[in-house]
Amino acid sequence: MNLEEARRLLKPKAEKALAKPAPYGLDLSLSSFNLGTGFGTGVEGSEKILESVGIDLNERNRSGSYYQVDNKAVYSSTRQKGLTVKPLSQALKNPENLDYYWKALPVDTDKYTAAAFLGEKEGYFIKVDDGVNVDTPVQACLLLRTPGLIQAPHNIVVVGENSRLHVITGCAAMREEAGLHIGVSEFYVKKGGTLTFTMIHSWGKAIHVRPRTVAHVGENSVFISHYINTSQVSSLQTHPVAYLDGEGSRAYLSSIIIGRGASKIDVGGTLELDAPACSGEILSRTIGFDESTVIARARVTGKAPGVRGHVECRGLLLSNKSRIDAIPELEARVQDVQLTHEAAIGRIAEEELLYLVARGFTEEEARSIIVRGFLSVELTGLPENLAKYLEGILDSLASSL
Amino acid sequence: MLYLKGLVVELGGKTVIKGVDLQVNREELALLMGPNGSGKSTLLHAIVGDKRCRVVSGSLVFNGAELTSLTMEERVRLGLGLGFQFPPRLKGVRLRSLVLRILEKKGLSKDEAERVLEEYSRLLRLEGLLDKDFNVGFSGGEAKRAELMLTLLQNPLLLLLDEPDSGVDVENLALMGSAISRYLSSNGRAAILITHTGYIARHVKASEAHVMIDGRIVCSGDPEEMVSNIMEHGFEACVNCRRAKR
Ligand SMILES: Nc1ncnc2c1ncn2[C@@H]1O[C@H](COP(=O)(O)OP(=O)(O)O)[C@@H](O)[C@H]1O
Ligand SMILES: [Mg+2]
Repeated sequence: MNLEEARRLLKPKAEKALAKPAPYGLDLSLSSFNLGTGFGTGVEGSEKILESVGIDLNERNRSGSYYQVDNKAVYSSTRQKGLTVKPLSQALKNPENLDYYWKALPVDTDKYTAAAFLGEKEGYFIKVDDGVNVDTPVQACLLLRTPGLIQAPHNIVVVGENSRLHVITGCAAMREEAGLHIGVSEFYVKKGGTLTFTMIHSWGKAIHVRPRTVAHVGENSVFISHYINTSQVSSLQTHPVAYLDGEGSRAYLSSIIIGRGASKIDVGGTLELDAPACSGEILSRTIGFDESTVIARARVTGKAPGVRGHVECRGLLLSNKSRIDAIPELEARVQDVQLTHEAAIGRIAEEELLYLVARGFTEEEARSIIVRGFLSVELTGLPENLAKYLEGILDSLASSL
Repeated sequence: MLYLKGLVVELGGKTVIKGVDLQVNREELALLMGPNGSGKSTLLHAIVGDKRCRVVSGSLVFNGAELTSLTMEERVRLGLGLGFQFPPRLKGVRLRSLVLRILEKKGLSKDEAERVLEEYSRLLRLEGLLDKDFNVGFSGGEAKRAELMLTLLQNPLLLLLDEPDSGVDVENLALMGSAISRYLSSNGRAAILITHTGYIARHVKASEAHVMIDGRIVCSGDPEEMVSNIMEHGFEACVNCRRAKR
């Protein structure tokens, strides 16, 4: 089978799904956007915003890079044997890689995946061969530059058996004008492998964001995802799903969501604990400012004996006009599963503020200490460098509020 | 240092402090005792400017400045430091980072702050707690020691300690007592120390003791004599005591 044949088989399904709304989030009319390549040429001039989403154009402490502007790959590099980082279009010339092509995520999931498939141009392909540890992160940046565009990268990450990989993806918009980002990501973590995937978003107030992510996590392997959205968006809806198909596999999804302006945000995550002795945790911290509305969903399904899952959703309302909903869901399909959840939404406690002011802080400093405390999620699994960088982002986020 | 005259304070729509006169001079340590609910905490909170404790009448003068119209921020800057009876838990805020921020705010460099942190956490046996969230899962005694450390590190001129000894074991009482004494021996400091049990009185040198009942100071005098009387007879005796002012 080659790419053309594979696409021919998928096409009718995608076409049928073009009007199929997503179960969550604001329903967008795709006809308001266009699916061209865009005018983007390079990342020059975007150093600052890229730095704010974890991308270092000097590639210090990076074992590979991929930069995409609009729907065009503008740069990729690899610095380690056994590690592949290249544009999807190139990777798919190798028919072996079709094993990962729209295999985790059905093209007819919703209108966004359908549109992404039909207009598919580019994305990143990152693969680590069996038995290779890539301890320095690979970075991928997706920049949206052209107004009115649908940016729809299709990303594939494959971690071979007993291998390890850290990926940091930074996504940002360079303009204020409207746009739609549909990032399609398929992750495959094979037996004994570990993938940590960190994603930082900094969009604009007219941008709609619809990432679509599915991960397959094999026997005794680990999938860790940390997501941070710091900026105002028009709307954002995403709900990554991890299938823990292999015995003894583990997953941890953390997200930090800041709702600003009139952002309409619906962020969730699902862990399907399908094999015996799997375990997973979903953790979210949401902050509501201004008139933002944020829905935080988390769902854990236990389908095999001996699985353990935990959900923790916390929300902090910093505005009277903002709204946060936390929707944790647990579903046990067999006996002998242990699923737990906690959810809490509140405001900054007056007593904590008062206490910190008594300790010598200004009210603003006190607020930022409390907010920073609220945002402290365990940044498990990350190399020290990256963990420190993220802590720094959260520090400056808390002090800027 | 601190001079209260006819102080009346309302809390939650109720008059809690019903006319208090009190003076604490430099290098003095005043003990404040009294039954639960008599208004001791409210008095300290009113002094430090807790908005909930509304001064209805009377005056509150600290080093020549009338405090009544000043915010808590301003009062803390003038040198008031309150160690809370019930400090909150702060999730996600490690004890270490809180201490370092307090010290950096005081103008210490990072290295100096680290050094002071090390010294004080050793002194008060808090090393094992530095990387825990503030007061989350601390035992009663640990929370009291942590609170004392933070209050001392603020370096206030007037130390207001609200029951630092409740729930603290004997060995740690001595530790805390010596930390307080050492602090007060540095020039010009003063303290008001609320003690419900009187235990800490054995480990600090108080200059005077006061008993508060139902929002009034009913008795003031020699700390040793008063503490031992109270420990023997309880506060019931104070209510009817002939030395009572009113
Ligand atoms: N936040 C509050 N709101 C209303 N009343 C309070 C509050 N805190 C304490 N009180 C009341 O004020 C009185 C004095 O309390 P407090 O100063 O804590 O006493 P003490 O410290 O001597 O035990 C009590 O009657 C108590 O119930
Ligand atoms: Mg009290």
